[in-house]
Amino acid sequence: MPRIRDIAQICKSKNAGPFMVTIDVLFEDHERYRKVKATGVLNAALFARLYGVAEEDVLFTPYDTAAAFKATLPRLVPAGDIGDTDVYGAQQHAPLLDVEVPLND
Amino acid sequence: MNEYRMLSTSGILGYGYAEESLKIGMSWQPHLIGCDGGSTDPGPYYLGAGKSFTSRLAVKRDLRLMLIAAVAARIPCIIGTSGGAGGEPHLQDTAALVREIAREEGLSFKMALIHSEQSKESLIERVNAGKSRPLGKMPPLDADRINRAERIVGMMGPEPFVKALDGGAQVILAGRSSDPAQWAGPAMRAGIPPAPAWYAGKMLECGAEPSVPKEPDNIFLRVYDDHLICEPPNPIRRSTPLAVANFALHENSSPIHHTEPGGLLDTSDCVFEAVNDRAVKVSGMTWTPAKEYTIKLEGVERAGYRAITICGTRDPVLIGQIDSYLATHREKVGLKAASFGVPPEDYTMIVRTYGKDGVMAGWEPVKQITSHELGFVVEVVAKTQDIANAVIAMARTSMLHADFPGRLCKEGNMAFPFSPSDIELGPMFRFSIFHVVAPKDPFEMFPIEYETV
Repeated sequence: MPRIRDIAQICKSKNAGPFMVTIDVLFEDHERYRKVKATGVLNAALFARLYGVAEEDVLFTPYDTAAAFKATLPRLVPAGDIGDTDVYGAQQHAPLLDVEVPLND
Repeated sequence: MNEYRMLSTSGILGYGYAEESLKIGMSWQPHLIGCDGGSTDPGPYYLGAGKSFTSRLAVKRDLRLMLIAAVAARIPCIIGTSGGAGGEPHLQDTAALVREIAREEGLSFKMALIHSEQSKESLIERVNAGKSRPLGKMPPLDADRINRAERIVGMMGPEPFVKALDGGAQVILAGRSSDPAQWAGPAMRAGIPPAPAWYAGKMLECGAEPSVPKEPDNIFLRVYDDHLICEPPNPIRRSTPLAVANFALHENSSPIHHTEPGGLLDTSDCVFEAVNDRAVKVSGMTWTPAKEYTIKLEGVERAGYRAITICGTRDPVLIGQIDSYLATHREKVGLKAASFGVPPEDYTMIVRTYGKDGVMAGWEPVKQITSHELGFVVEVVAKTQDIANAVIAMARTSMLHADFPGRLCKEGNMAFPFSPSDIELGPMFRFSIFHVVAPKDPFEMFPIEYETV
């Protein structure tokens, strides 16, 4: 079964302000995006599970115009506070890369 | 059809751009050039310390070319969030740089400084008048929190930029400003409706980001009544619908709702279309004015003083028992610090283990270590710099010499790459204020000062 790393063109994370991190998955091909969206694999519950946060704390938005999914979740530690490991939040996307998506193409 | 043209030189002033891009961009006759000078992304330190995360040399280079171009073309040059964080020292440092360049190049112009650092007294008044509310999970703002802060800035909207242009300024240096505001203001002043003006601002604030290959460089926008066209001047770059889509998601919690001072930009119904192989048209954005005009505050407080040391191990016996080793190390450091009079409540020690979970910490799903070497950043944050230095010195020695079962490397457990091995990082800050206040009008928190350079 293909994984996100096999089918997406962009998968990235970044701060959305100092208290949230936002994770984006983009597809160059809108048709493929629609198929991925139809599987329902990418949703708030998936991000809640991968990052160990409450589902109601995940703001999940599919954005059809950009053929993209966005999930924004609270950071474990605010950017730059004691114990933070990633001030820019730029390296928190990896768990998503291995998520399998049941596509038949 | 009303067309307004804007050239942004880079995502951050001081990140650099190709000089050739500026030449080509200027030949497209922009009404305005500018650059965003800052961000909270590099963390709370810079606002607290009053320093920039960019270097003076790099900023001077970027600014020099822009000022020369703007004066020659008789158009405004606007810098948002000057000096990285937009506090008073950041704004003054940038102003000093502009005066220096003007002297060196023989340039003359009217300059406006728009201040954004907020006095504690004025904020306490606003809070007491019930004019504030917290963002996210912040507790409500109170006098204690304000008084503890090292520095607090308000994030201005587009209105002060418009006022400074009306005041005849050719060069505008702003303190902390909402990233798109320095572009949205002038565009609206020229008669462009708010929706495309704000959207253009969002694209311009990051320079060449909505293009490929993505590197700090110029971006050029033509803005119209109901759409805009984005094109990078540098011939090696292209704006493509994917690059623009990628950018639309950038650093926002929502890709469709963007809260700005004075309203909400909604991009749900946007359409990205390739105009040709290097320009993209964006249309369909809408703007809804807010019921109440609010200004976001950013403030930081001192969390302590920090010292770190960096080391690594290549010993397989140690790597095999790293968790218990670090637990023993913590215990030894605690005992020794107590013995020289530093109780545990006076400091926090963190050992970051690269090769294990140094990047993701609590979010790291991989539990098995497969690396043949591990890197450590040992960190102490303490009440004073002296305590941080003393504890890090003890932590460094203990990392090197603590015993562990089966130890063969009896002369030392760690490779230290540097002498001196302990690095004093000075004061450490944390974001402590992330609130909004409702001012009487969009101007009262942002006084403008004019001077002839």
